[in-house]
Amino acid sequence: MRWIWIDRFVAFEPGKSATAVKSLSSAEDHFADHYPGYPVMPAALILEGLAQTGGILVGEANEFREKVVLAKVPFARFAREAGPGEQLTYHAEVVDLRPEGAVVRGRVTSGPDLVAEAEIFFAHLDRNRASQAFGDHNFVFSGELTYLLGQAKLAARPAAPPLPPAQG
Amino acid sequence: MTQDEIFEKVRQQLVDALSVDEDEVTPQARLQGDLNAESIDFLDIVFRLEREFGIKIDRNELFPESIFQGDPDFVQDGKVTAKGLSELKTRMPYAELAAFEKNPEFENIGDLFTVDLIVRYVQSKLG
Repeated sequence: MRWIWIDRFVAFEPGKSATAVKSLSSAEDHFADHYPGYPVMPAALILEGLAQTGGILVGEANEFREKVVLAKVPFARFAREAGPGEQLTYHAEVVDLRPEGAVVRGRVTSGPDLVAEAEIFFAHLDRNRASQAFGDHNFVFSGELTYLLGQAKLAARPAAPPLPPAQG
Repeated sequence: MTQDEIFEKVRQQLVDALSVDEDEVTPQARLQGDLNAESIDFLDIVFRLEREFGIKIDRNELFPESIFQGDPDFVQDGKVTAKGLSELKTRMPYAELAAFEKNPEFENIGDLFTVDLIVRYVQSKLG
């Protein structure tokens, strides 16, 4: 199953902040049940998108050497519902970044509207204990999340010069 | 900063970290027994205290988890030994050990971690 709740990064400042967007589509399964006839993005999935944005921000700060896990959400507030057709913008900022873990604060907006805000606490799983329990493979930053970040870095490059007008 | 001022700031941080009501955070309240703190909360509290007071708290300094790991002389038959108590005093000079010493059951060691202990710790760090 794909568990990627952001579409792409639009800004990334290593160790400081990251902004990602997520377009909501009626094709997403959760809208069928949440709720029938009244599709609303589940708050927990909005939080997941923010946690993925913030988690990659925290992981990248240590070049993905640490296994970053969501440990705690000290607070989260949801200002309004969001549904299909909207594009959510997730903005996360690092509050604290230490060897044991990190804290980020984030805001979720849709256009000019505040949708949610939260503080998220990430722990760096102790390498020794983590490798005993989970193996050496970095299960947090496998595959698609880091791929998204690679795309973000590509996007951050200066734009290529425009193609010359077609001759003919 | 007076002890009262430190207490008020500590109280606010604990309200935020543990989602408890202000009036639950009394000086005698135990972090685990009364305020339901879990292990990850201790790390959260350490980060918050550092930000609030501008102090540096080394890992295992405020909430030393490892005192009793690796030395069987510190705990025998479920009780903390005299050697263990002396280690506690050295590692946690800001802890109120008098009551614990009378009945040093190891399983009650979490009771040492009270709001008041944090206040005294911060006070000692601020010098």
